[in-house]
Amino acid sequence: MKYNILVGGAAGQGMSTISTLLQKVLKRKGFYVFANKDYMSRVRGGHNFVQIRFGTTPITSHHPTLDAIIALDQSTIDNHINRLNNNGIIICDTDLNSEDKRVIQIPMRKLSREIKNPRVFGSIGIGALLKIFGISIDNIEPVLRKRFDKNTSQANLEAFKKGHELVESHFNINSNNEDNHIIINGNQAIALGAIAGGVTFYSAYPMTPSTSVMTYLSKKQQEAGILVEQAEDEIAAINMALGASYAGIRSMTGTSGGGFSLMVEGIGLGAVAEIPLVIVNVQRPGPATGLPTRTAQCDLDFVISASQDDFPKMVIAVRNPEDAFYQTVRALNLAEKYQIQVIILSDQYLADYNQTIKPYNFDEISIDRYLSSKDDIGEGFYKRYKFTENGISPRIIPSTIESKTVLGDSHEHNEIGFVDESIENRIAMMNKRMKRISLLKSEIQEPEYIGVENPEILLLGWGSTHGSLLEAVELLANESIKIGALIFGDIWPLPTGQLEYYGTNSKTIVNVEHNFTGQLANLIAQETGFKCDKSILRYDGRQLSGTDIYNKVKKEVL
Amino acid sequence: MATDIKLFESKSENSWCPGCGNFGIVNALKKAFSELDLLPHNILIASGIGQAAKTPHYVNANGFNGLHGRGIPPAVGAKIANKDLRVIVTSGDGDSYGEGGNHLIHNIRRNIDITHLVHNNQIYGLTKGQGSPTTGKGHKTSMQFEGVYADEFNPIAFAISLGCSFVARSFSADKDHLSEMIKAGMEHNGYALIDILQPCVTFNKINTYKWYKDRVYYIEDDYNPYDKVEAFKKSQEWENKIPIGVIYKEDKPTFIDRIPQIKDNPPLINKKLDPKNAIKFMEEFK
Repeated sequence: MKYNILVGGAAGQGMSTISTLLQKVLKRKGFYVFANKDYMSRVRGGHNFVQIRFGTTPITSHHPTLDAIIALDQSTIDNHINRLNNNGIIICDTDLNSEDKRVIQIPMRKLSREIKNPRVFGSIGIGALLKIFGISIDNIEPVLRKRFDKNTSQANLEAFKKGHELVESHFNINSNNEDNHIIINGNQAIALGAIAGGVTFYSAYPMTPSTSVMTYLSKKQQEAGILVEQAEDEIAAINMALGASYAGIRSMTGTSGGGFSLMVEGIGLGAVAEIPLVIVNVQRPGPATGLPTRTAQCDLDFVISASQDDFPKMVIAVRNPEDAFYQTVRALNLAEKYQIQVIILSDQYLADYNQTIKPYNFDEISIDRYLSSKDDIGEGFYKRYKFTENGISPRIIPSTIESKTVLGDSHEHNEIGFVDESIENRIAMMNKRMKRISLLKSEIQEPEYIGVENPEILLLGWGSTHGSLLEAVELLANESIKIGALIFGDIWPLPTGQLEYYGTNSKTIVNVEHNFTGQLANLIAQETGFKCDKSILRYDGRQLSGTDIYNKVKKEVL
Repeated sequence: MATDIKLFESKSENSWCPGCGNFGIVNALKKAFSELDLLPHNILIASGIGQAAKTPHYVNANGFNGLHGRGIPPAVGAKIANKDLRVIVTSGDGDSYGEGGNHLIHNIRRNIDITHLVHNNQIYGLTKGQGSPTTGKGHKTSMQFEGVYADEFNPIAFAISLGCSFVARSFSADKDHLSEMIKAGMEHNGYALIDILQPCVTFNKINTYKWYKDRVYYIEDDYNPYDKVEAFKKSQEWENKIPIGVIYKEDKPTFIDRIPQIKDNPPLINKKLDPKNAIKFMEEFK
C-alpha cells in the first residue's frame, strides 16, 4: 500500500521544514519514504513543492496522482487539485479558499499563536495529515529532539496534537516494520561516499544542483579533518584538486554542466599528467544557464568526449542514493588505480530526492591507493611516466622519498616528465596512456538487468531513471507483458556483454532518457551497432515517473 | 649552512634564447634554494604555460607544469595537501596577470604561503611577441600593429591594494639582489609576490637590459614597507626611476594558520584513511 502527499507553497514559507519533518516522522513510524523536490530558481515566492510518497513496501519513484495536499498558498491548490484523487484531501489554513469539498480548512496560524510559537504552524498541518491517514503521533518525540531544542520540540509536539485532534481519520495505513533505515538523497550519498572513500580535499564553486555535495562536506570538514575550499571559479576548483592529488591526497570536485564546461581543460591536464581525480557532474538542462533547478540526462555525450585528443577516462552514472555512495568510493579507488579521471554523472532529480534505504555497509568498502614505495622505483632519476607493460607508471608522493623529485607535466613529455616532441616518444607515450583503456574495460560493471528471463521488450536506461524503470517494469510484468530493462551505471567505457545478450533476443528495444537526441541510444549504436526501435524521451526538466513510463510503453510501444 | 647548488641542476635540454633574462632568474632561484639549505625533494615549483613557465623543467625539484594561466591553483592545492612543502610559482606576465588574473586576486586574499615569481618581460615570448598586460601603451607588437591601446597593468599597486602580505620587485640581471628577494619571499609567511623585470632579447626591443639598467635603483635602507600609503607611492614610480626591493609587507595569518584542521595536525598527506571513520556521519540520516 502506498500513498502520495504533496506539500506546496512559495519559497520562504517553511515548506522545506514541514516536508523534512513529515518524512522523518513517516520513517520513524516504519514506512518506506520517497520524496522528490520541484522548485524554482528563486529564493522568495514562485511555486515550489515536495511530493512525499510513503507505504509499506519499497518505493523507487514519484507518482502522478495525489491522496493528500498540504497547501501553504493558493497556487498549490490551483496547480495540483486536478491531480488529487476523488477521495483525496487538501489541508490548508482558513485564509485559503476553495469550493472543493475535499478541502479541510484548519486554523493553523491562529493555533500556532496560541502555542506562542508561530513557526510551528506547519506541525499543526502535519498532525492533521497524520490523523487523516490514521497514523498515531506516539513516539515521535525523538524525531523532534534530533532537530530542535527542548522548548521548540515541546511546542511542535503540542502543535502535532492540536492538528491531530482537529480532524477525523480518512484512510487507514499501518506499518509493522521497525524503523531501521536511513533516509538520504543522492548528493548526500555522494558526499558521505567521498568521506568514506578518503577524500581529503574537495574544491568546488557553488552551482545548482551540485552545491549540496559541497555544503554537506563543508559542514563536516572539521570533524572529518578534511578541507573543503570554495574556489574562485571552476577552473581553479579543478586545478586546485589536481595539485592536491599530485601532492598526495585524495581529491574531488563537483559541479553541474556549466561549471563542467569550465573544467574541461583541467580534465585534459589530469589525463596527460596522469593525476587521479574524481569529478562529479550533477546534471541540469542546458545549454548555458538552462533550467538551473530542473533535471536532465543531457551531458553524456559531452562528458565522454570532454577535452581534446584521446585519453582513457571513466564515466559512472549513479542510479540511486544507495548506488551513489558505493560508486563514489569505487570511483576514488579506480582513479588512483589507473591514474585517470573518473566522472560521476548524477542529476537534479537524484541529487534532491530522499529515499529510505538500508544503512550503508562499511565492511563492504575499502580505500586502495596503489602508491609505490622506494623499493618499487629503484635508483636514479624517478620516472613519473615510466614505460611499463600495462601502461601504469609507479606513482609516489612528492617529498616522501629522499632525493626523488616528481615532475608533473601538461606537454607531451618523456618518462621523467621533460618536454619531448620526438616522433618515437609521442607514439610510445600515447600507446602507454591508451593501454589503460583495455584494463578499464576488464574492470567495468555490466548494467543491472530487471525483468523477465526472455523479454520481448527491452528498455534501456542509465543513471537516475533506475527507480522509475524498476517500477514501470514491475507494473507491466504484472500484466504479463514480457518486458525487462537494462540500466547502465558504468557507461564509459560502455559495457556491452548484457546488451548483446538481451538485445539479440528481444523484439523491441526502447531507450528511456531525459534528453532530446537519445544520447545513450546513440552511444550504443556507435559502440555495438544495436539500434533502438523506439525512444521514450523527456527533456522538459522533469523526471519520468514509473507510471509515466508504464503509460508510454502501453501507448507507444505495445 | 648551505646545500650544494649542483643538486638543483636539471638534466632537461633548455629551449630559451641565448641571453634570455630567464637564465638569471633560474640561477638566482638555485642560489636561494642552496642558501636556504633546502633539498630538491622538499620544494615544489609550479607554473602555467609560457617561456617562464618552463622553469620547473630547468631546476631539479618537484615540478608541476600545468595549464596556461593556471600555475597558482595546483600550487595552492599542493600546499594544502602538504603544508611542509616549500612552494614556488614561476610564471610570466601573461600567465600571471592575464589569463590567470582571477587566481592571483583570490590567493592574495587567502594569503596562502607560496612565493610567486613573475618573470615580467612585458611581452608574450612563447607565442612570438604579442602585447601582454604589462606592455607599454602605444608599444607596437607582432599583433598590435598600431600599438597597444589598453593601459598597462601595475602589478605592484594591484597587490598592495589587495593587502598582499609581501610585495617586491627585482631585476633578472641583478642575481644577488634577486636571490635575496627570493629568499626573503620564501622566508615570509604568506603570499609573496615578486615581480621580476626580465628583458626579452628577441621580442621586446623597447624594455631592454639597458632600458631597465638606466632606471632601476635600490629602495632606500630607511624605507618602511609596512606603510601602505608610502608603498602605494613607490608603486607609481616607473617611467624614469624604477624601485627594486621589498615594497610592501603586512603581517597576518596565512591560509593554513586560519584552518584549525590543517594547522593543528600533521600535513594532510600523512592523514590515516579508514572508511570506518565515516560511520558516525550516517547517524543523522537515521
